[in-house]
Amino acid sequence: MGEIHVMREDLRPPDAPPKRHFISIRDVSRDELERLLATARQFERSLEREVKKLPTLKGRLVINVFFESSTRTSSSFELAAKRLSADTMSIKSSGSSVDKGESLKDTAITLGAYDPDVIVIRHPQIGAPHVVARVTTAHVVNAGDGKHQHPTQALLDLYTIKEEFDRIDGLHVAIVGDVLHSRVARSLIQALVMMGAHVTLVGPPTLIPRGIEAMGCEAATEIGAIAAADVVYALRMQRERMEEGANYVPSLREYAARWGVTAARLRPGQRVMHPGPMNRGVEIDPVVADHPDALIERQVRAGLVTRMAVLYDLLTSGPVGVTPEVELGAA
Amino acid sequence: MLFRRDAPADDLVVRGARVVDPAQGIDAKMDVRIDGGIVAALGTDLDLNRHRILEGDGLVLAPAFVDPHVHLRTPGGEEEETIASGTAAAAAGGFCAILAMPNTEPVVDSAAVLGSLVEAARAQAEVPVGFLASITKSQRGAELTEMGELADAGAIGFTDDGVPVASPGLMRRALQYSAVTGRNLSLHCEEPTLSRGGQMHEGMVSAELGFTGYPSVAESLMVERDLALAAFERRPLHVLHLSAWESVQALRRAQQAGVHATGEVTPHHLCLTDEAVRALDPNRKMNPPLRSSDDRAALIAGLKDGVISCIATDHAPHARQEKDVPFEEAPFGVTGLETAFPALYTYLVEPGVIPLETILERMSTGPARAYGLDEPRIAVGASANLVLLDLNASYRITEQSFRSKSANSWLLGETVKGSVRATVADGRVVHAG
Repeated sequence: MGEIHVMREDLRPPDAPPKRHFISIRDVSRDELERLLATARQFERSLEREVKKLPTLKGRLVINVFFESSTRTSSSFELAAKRLSADTMSIKSSGSSVDKGESLKDTAITLGAYDPDVIVIRHPQIGAPHVVARVTTAHVVNAGDGKHQHPTQALLDLYTIKEEFDRIDGLHVAIVGDVLHSRVARSLIQALVMMGAHVTLVGPPTLIPRGIEAMGCEAATEIGAIAAADVVYALRMQRERMEEGANYVPSLREYAARWGVTAARLRPGQRVMHPGPMNRGVEIDPVVADHPDALIERQVRAGLVTRMAVLYDLLTSGPVGVTPEVELGAA
Repeated sequence: MLFRRDAPADDLVVRGARVVDPAQGIDAKMDVRIDGGIVAALGTDLDLNRHRILEGDGLVLAPAFVDPHVHLRTPGGEEEETIASGTAAAAAGGFCAILAMPNTEPVVDSAAVLGSLVEAARAQAEVPVGFLASITKSQRGAELTEMGELADAGAIGFTDDGVPVASPGLMRRALQYSAVTGRNLSLHCEEPTLSRGGQMHEGMVSAELGFTGYPSVAESLMVERDLALAAFERRPLHVLHLSAWESVQALRRAQQAGVHATGEVTPHHLCLTDEAVRALDPNRKMNPPLRSSDDRAALIAGLKDGVISCIATDHAPHARQEKDVPFEEAPFGVTGLETAFPALYTYLVEPGVIPLETILERMSTGPARAYGLDEPRIAVGASANLVLLDLNASYRITEQSFRSKSANSWLLGETVKGSVRATVADGRVVHAG
């Protein structure tokens, strides 16, 4: 075997066709987001049937590799693939060769040897999906890489908002809390701005990254800034990503008192969202989380159909801009 | 203080090149004859004396480069670079002298370690190499090294490059005590509590990508501290790899106030900004990080007006498997010896941002002067330290392009202009391609 060129995309043989991936919201256009939302809508209808399985991706292989813990993302990707009749494999870092010190590159090459059509990866480090994309021929879907991106979460959030308001363009969304450590926030800001929404970030100055306004949003430090929003999106305080002694906030108690999303800070008609898992009593009051106006459970349901749409779109759509017809025949 | 393997001096004539020596104000087409490694004659139609001939027609002949900042990874990291491979890379890059940093395993913090390097250089070094020793034992920032003995054993200067001397009290002692050695301190300026966890420059790009930021103030605050201490102690110092606008301003103010401070900048900080990190290529990850376009503009301005007198590659080889990982996991550092001139020519000279003469001067005279080395020059009687450059050669940089043992270059896959056709170091032809 000759020299393997893996460090740069442009060192790959020129005849390799460019693969479509879903690693960042930057990988897609507004039209493509609209198409994914429309496809998800069609899948939602198919799930209302008694037999919920579709034959669409029969014979395809989807591998889920999760190097970080996950409940909703991993389960919904697995179910999404199964509902579309694809074969699935799920690998977690604990109990795999990762425990023996295998590098991500070697894990990816090993999995790539099974010729998967899609590899869904979650990893604690920014850039991990790019490594998988460089060393395999699969379409790569990013299920969260460090603090960078979580594009399918943004897609399911768009879907939830669109189902509730019947539009996204012109809506005002306030994203509250720990933006600094949040891949959910970064993907969602890009997606909302792309779809024409107005985005305000609200949180302690220590948790709003310097320069983030360049993404097309506003930043505020007073919780009162959520008053004008149609949607209040609470982010989880990511204590596990905060270094010891970093002092982002003096205490969770003070954080909850100043920035917690509580009933008293909301007005009627505002909708509350949260990507989960929640720290009840910290970033969100339990009364708000359990209130019928909260869209949190609907976000979880949207996760299934939007991930079905992503898998379907990557594996069946032709040139960008051509909307595929979803086959709704029963399996 | 520079060491190389023994080799016979060459007799040669470089014929018909455009000779450019900015420090002497020379820019003319002529022949240069070298007898026994010494420049013997400049002029037209020189007697060839049956010397070896290097055809210079259409090429530029300039004083060879001096790199004041190289990581040779020896001892301890010989799979990434050795004295032989690193000096071969230097020869291919047009350098007639390089200075190696002491952050090896073990650290160059004793005369014994330094002595073994000097011995290895006398056996293997293709071009003369000098060694800096560390300021503190094991670079732990707690105890000073035996600077007197290290200087006697051949250390050309002192640095804890790779990590800062965090304690201001110890920094002051190092400035005071180093005076007895006749050598100066070179400082890696980084305030560790501000840079902790930092993966890239803190700014709009890091905000979007989600990386923990390494703010420019983490550098400039330490530059200000060290310049203040140098002013107070009336001691010279050299600031390594400047990256931030505020650091350049601080250096300028200190120089105007009479502090004997010099500074260096790398080709990658002159050519790129943090926008280059968007591709998440681990070969764009270095310390200090690539910064904003304002920072880059300040570095270019500082280089042009002379506040920054040295270009330094900070050549930092890494094994392939170390860089073949997600950006966040990758170590800092990129190679640079063999790409310095083509990078600077392609990104700065050809677009008209910096004149060729300035680049040549800052790659040669500037660093030699900062470390008190003989300044390479093209003059009768001077030792021959020459680089022959083809400004029209256009080529693609690949992993096969390097004589270095490592290929972690930020230019992989890029097409560049400007190649090093030949290098003469201390009177020996060390590269002719």
